[in-house]
Amino acid sequence: MAETLLDKIWRAHTVRTLPSGQTQLLIGLHLVHEVTSPQAYQMLKEAGVRVRMPERTFATIDHIIPTAADRQQRPFADELAEEMTVHLVRNTKESGVPLFDLDSGRQGIVHVIGPELGLTQPGMTIACGDSHTSTHGAVGALAFGIGTTQVRDILATQCLAMAKPRIRQVRVEGSLTPGVYAKDVTLWIIHVLGVKGGVGYAYEYAGPAIERMTMEERLTVCNMSIEGGARFGYINPDQTTFDYLRGRPYAPEGAAFDRAVSWWRSMATDAGASFDDVARIDGASIQPVVTWGINPGQSVGVSDRIPDPREVPEEDRPTWHEALQFMGFRAGQPIAGTKVDVAFVGSCTNGRLSDLRAAAEIARGRKVARGVRALIVPGSQQVARAAEAEGLHAVFQEAGFQWRKAGCSMCLGMNEDKLQGREISASSSNRNFKGRQGSPTGRTLLMSPAMVAAAAIAGAVIDVREMLR
Amino acid sequence: MRRQIVGRGVPLPGNDIDTDRIIPARYLKSVTFEGLGEHVFGDERKAVPEHPFNRPQFQGASILIAGQNFGCGSSREHAPLALQHWGVAGIVAGSYGEIFFGNCTANGIPCLVAEPSDVDWLLREVERHPGQALELDVERREVRFMGRTIPARIPEGARNQLVTGSWNAMSVLLDAGEAIERTARALPYIAGY
Ligand code: SF4
Repeated sequence: MAETLLDKIWRAHTVRTLPSGQTQLLIGLHLVHEVTSPQAYQMLKEAGVRVRMPERTFATIDHIIPTAADRQQRPFADELAEEMTVHLVRNTKESGVPLFDLDSGRQGIVHVIGPELGLTQPGMTIACGDSHTSTHGAVGALAFGIGTTQVRDILATQCLAMAKPRIRQVRVEGSLTPGVYAKDVTLWIIHVLGVKGGVGYAYEYAGPAIERMTMEERLTVCNMSIEGGARFGYINPDQTTFDYLRGRPYAPEGAAFDRAVSWWRSMATDAGASFDDVARIDGASIQPVVTWGINPGQSVGVSDRIPDPREVPEEDRPTWHEALQFMGFRAGQPIAGTKVDVAFVGSCTNGRLSDLRAAAEIARGRKVARGVRALIVPGSQQVARAAEAEGLHAVFQEAGFQWRKAGCSMCLGMNEDKLQGREISASSSNRNFKGRQGSPTGRTLLMSPAMVAAAAIAGAVIDVREMLR
Repeated sequence: MRRQIVGRGVPLPGNDIDTDRIIPARYLKSVTFEGLGEHVFGDERKAVPEHPFNRPQFQGASILIAGQNFGCGSSREHAPLALQHWGVAGIVAGSYGEIFFGNCTANGIPCLVAEPSDVDWLLREVERHPGQALELDVERREVRFMGRTIPARIPEGARNQLVTGSWNAMSVLLDAGEAIERTARALPYIAGY
């Protein structure tokens, strides 16, 4: 019978069926960071249980680290950040888990370094105490976010108790138009299917527009699955995937790589496999997308107006009113022209080399508008080095952007990079929740990195296509 | 075991309430889960003094009534724990963010799903009768309040874990013993390509 990648990976990783009816699922790759792991290690210690397969867990530090070059000396000025770092270093060392620390040259956001080091491979189950773990599904893995108790469960048993999700194929047909990026595609999918449309589902992204994407673009699409409610999002492995993985530090080498490719191919969804649901989106109809509200589904095309709450389904109206009030926007107001105070390019959604290139293309030879604080935060040390080798840092600095060190930074404002008061930020990150960027009243407009760079230069939301020569 | 939970309710209207709102990221700067209860809905309770979690009539409540997609967003387990530390022992909502739902179950907090019209009724009636207890019946999949019985849903796996007291997955998973290593060795990426 024709099977999906989800079916095949699920079966290959099933240890047994549990008394509760759930599956005991083996986790092939476990990633940890400093925020959701210390309590898990503590629980393990209290239970007197050892880490079962330390070689299948990798750690990095990303959420709390300062990104200003002169603030990365240990001990960090922020005592809580220092304490979390000390715990991570000690826990990983004691349990034999490799840590990509600041001095490793490989540190970065967990969802950026997994793929770039080749740790993330097709056919795997991948879990991390972080909801954007769906990112890794871009290579054809089953990757999902978990809570801290489940981090403990994996450390102790390399397994999780899971219920198999349903599957929806999300097809992006046709081709994208110039100035429309993977970020616009993922934001538009969420706009169409809703922020809770994916609850209970794994999303298989497919269709010509997806197949043509580079691996970095695919990572952006899968990253935001959870914002549409889907805990899993994946793309079937193909030649793009194999070309991307070849030569990466943790990818198999030589003849082993070729044997891996044939297994990876065999794990892809079979022709004729059936889905619980299929959704179709016309790629050509997507324009640059900007969010105007307090969840990632509240968005419009850049040339459109903030909709009137009367135009939305009745059950969504209270949230729409709440969003308009929080944002201080009016229904019917065009989104273009909205003044911004901060511009942020970075995060696990859009902190990769291709994202920085897209932003630099807009920044080159232009200047950040007066009064706008503009930050470029590479997703990893490797991304930073690659960008510097191309001179992108100089392009940004000449234009008036700050060039930072790798980390999560203003995606969630757990370090020093925060919005102040009611500032509005144009952000390439993934969440516009109230208070997300570090100020309880701060406001976030999500968009592609090129759109962020354009907003930084114009001092307001602007259609990036006007700036693309 | 969590067969039934009886207690007063606290109504929290609104859809898509994310875990950043339940517990803002700056309160996650800790290596323990201590002291989370006082920061639950920290920012909102400061901004809105009449937030349900501030109102005197809902202090001591243990059953939270919420709307659609409650607990969406970040996987932070700090969110259910902050609610639990405040006093929440069970939740009835229209639907849940999936990771939040799992985190609640892992901490013995039953999350029941009710029809939107029933959730609206509960939000309204709990508001009107803050002193009356609700019965959240996990075993029979229903919620009882003011003489009315409302049908509710919960996935079978979670229900089993809650009613049998086996929501601590670790000990159950450990029982698989060597089967774990056998499954691992059968995977080409672990055995070696
Ligand atoms: S960049 Fe943002 S969304 Fe991604 S892991 Fe870091 S905090 Fe989470």
